Amino acid sequence: MKEILEKYERKSDNLLAILHELQDSKDEHYLSREDLKAVSKYLNLPLSMVHGVATFYSMYAFKPRGKYIIRVCQSPPCHLMGATTISKELMKILGIKFGETTKDKLFTLEMSSCLGVCGVAPAIMINNKVYGNLTPEKLKSIIEEKRREK
Amino acid sequence: MSLQRMHILIPIDEESIQNGALEVKRRLNKELFKHRVEEEVKVLETGPIGISGKGVVLIIYPDKVYYYNVKPKDVKYIVEEHILKGKVCTKIENSKEIEKKKNVVDYENIGLTRKQPRVVLDKCCIVNTFDLEEVIARGGYAALEKILEENISPEAVIEEIKKSGLRGRGGAGFPTGLKWEFTRKASGDEKFVICNADEGEPGTYKDRLILEGDPHKLIEAMIIAGYAVGAEKGYIYVRGEYELSIKRLNKAIKDAKDVGLLGDNILETGLNFDIEVKKGAGAYVCGEETALIESLEGKRGQPRIKPPYPVTHGLWQKPTVVNNVETLANVPAIILRGADWYRSLGTEKSPGTKVFTVLGDVEYPGLIEVEMGTPLREIINAYGGGVRNGKKFKAALVGGAAGVFLSEKLLDVKMDFENLKEHTAVLGSGAILVMNEDASIVEMLFSILKFFAHESCGQCSPCRIGTRHLLELIYKIKTGEGELEDLDKMLHIAETMRNLSLCPLGQSVIMPVASAINNFKEDFIKKINNKNNMKEVSYA
Ligand SMILES: Cc1cc2nc3c(=O)[nH]c(=O)nc-3n(C[C@H](O)[C@H](O)[C@H](O)COP(=O)(O)O)c2cc1C
Ligand code: SF4
Ligand code: FES
Repeated sequence: MKEILEKYERKSDNLLAILHELQDSKDEHYLSREDLKAVSKYLNLPLSMVHGVATFYSMYAFKPRGKYIIRVCQSPPCHLMGATTISKELMKILGIKFGETTKDKLFTLEMSSCLGVCGVAPAIMINNKVYGNLTPEKLKSIIEEKRREK
Repeated sequence: MSLQRMHILIPIDEESIQNGALEVKRRLNKELFKHRVEEEVKVLETGPIGISGKGVVLIIYPDKVYYYNVKPKDVKYIVEEHILKGKVCTKIENSKEIEKKKNVVDYENIGLTRKQPRVVLDKCCIVNTFDLEEVIARGGYAALEKILEENISPEAVIEEIKKSGLRGRGGAGFPTGLKWEFTRKASGDEKFVICNADEGEPGTYKDRLILEGDPHKLIEAMIIAGYAVGAEKGYIYVRGEYELSIKRLNKAIKDAKDVGLLGDNILETGLNFDIEVKKGAGAYVCGEETALIESLEGKRGQPRIKPPYPVTHGLWQKPTVVNNVETLANVPAIILRGADWYRSLGTEKSPGTKVFTVLGDVEYPGLIEVEMGTPLREIINAYGGGVRNGKKFKAALVGGAAGVFLSEKLLDVKMDFENLKEHTAVLGSGAILVMNEDASIVEMLFSILKFFAHESCGQCSPCRIGTRHLLELIYKIKTGEGELEDLDKMLHIAETMRNLSLCPLGQSVIMPVASAINNFKEDFIKKINNKNNMKEVSYA
């Protein structure tokens, strides 16, 4: 953690970048209370402020997440092209609801606003990768592939 | 240097990588090498081309043929038939899932690759934009050089932009030249240029294409903006999801610095300008310029009360220009070819071109650049290929989530700031979502209101409470529990939000709500009268 912090100048406008990098460095993709405290100390900002900023943005999480974070776009273009079916199918395959993580800690399911890849609607993102033109069949094979990869 | 008889362009972007573009490229090179033609046939990696949902695309020059849905296993066949024997492969072996007839098309006459007046996207897909030398050979940084070589003053640059009539492409359509002039004239020793690449409007990814496909154009434009307003520092605020854009921007910035086009003492003229890329963290409202500035400062991205405006009190309360990616991408061409040329495109009050995303139930979903004022019908039919599967057109949602539902009656509307305004519609980000006869406007409005409830920043109560309340009402209607008076309630809430919300997010919810209810009332009435007992399960 120290290494990550020290890459950045002690300026408050580095807050978002530091939070991003800390979160990305964790297998469980989340920011713990300790992380926030360390950042607050490093940047000399009140903990309440760091907390307030971090919780404002949807890309940061505060409880452990799975290895694969599945973000399902539910904005109008994806909705029109079948995002509801995709959402239901995902809940069925994974056996969890939105906001939850599977017991084996492999998948976390999140809903998302437009991901900026609407040309291939309906689309999802798994970690940093986009999957588009989805059908229930395609979805199944993607999840199976991820399960095999572990 | 060798002379090439043929070029194979392969667009590499988020979508095509997912579809195996890198493997296709690797095999192409391998096959060319195997047949000893690697010297005469060159594979060029380009940015995105504007075609979506067609997998990996290959474009072969000078034949002007393009193949789409190319799979790695097709490569051998294409090389042996087309590259070696010059025969267009009308069928790609072993690829069952693709429509056989359609995977080779005459590049210039169909859909999204039909001739377009490309100003903003001129280099996308034609130039290997990761090779700075090639970018420069194709006119990159020529506008900057012109300014520096001919000693064009900052005031004259601003005058030229003013004369061109360029207006902001981020939604509001504010004259760019004026914005620059205000910033130049604002007092302060330190000023900033911010490029707004937060692109979060549902149905919009035009800025991503520019970022991925021609990052140097943006860098050049920002240097020019900095020179014009007197700023030495620029920021590009990119939404957190656009990893590839961020990577390519950073590479382009480094390449430009290495040759002295960016940084201190640019081209040894004493001009200084530096650019830093900042990554967003998932909040639509951060696209609003003052929220974006708050976020850049490391705070919660909540809009500030205007005035004062960023041109006088922006980043760190200093004079700041905030411009959209596409707006900036127009600048080099205007400087190079002049305001008069620019005005020859588009309409009197909305000159130039506009990049649109055409999505939904059309044959060729994707991205196009056309002159301002092109009729909506032409965009949908000629470029989007018309409504898919022979279905009937029902509606187009124009301008994104904060846009307007247009019915068949309005298909001939000209797509520019003034004409749309006349029909209480907006150009917004340029997203056009086409719906066919099967689409339910109630469902679409539900999705929109869910979006707003999710993205309201909660700072002011009319918007925080209003968006929640609207979502409840549309959910009630969608699940067959609605009453007629709910429609009036919705209009009333949205109207109140328009009048009392602090920022345009809350103020503009009335646009989709009113246009959906007024133009497609029968959809709502049907849902309300047709009470069904089968309640859908809420999943989010
Ligand atoms: C809720 C909201 C979201 C916005 N999102 C964006 C955006 O993603 N990109 C953008 O360029 N402008 C966005 N804008 C508009 C900006 O506030 C601002 O007008 C624009 O960046 C100015 O640049 P321009 O004059 O070049 O258009 C948004 C505005 C609002 C109210
Ligand atoms: S209108 Fe909505 S988004 Fe804008 S400041 Fe108020 S609560 Fe935030
Ligand atoms: S609407 Fe789903 S990616 Fe844009």
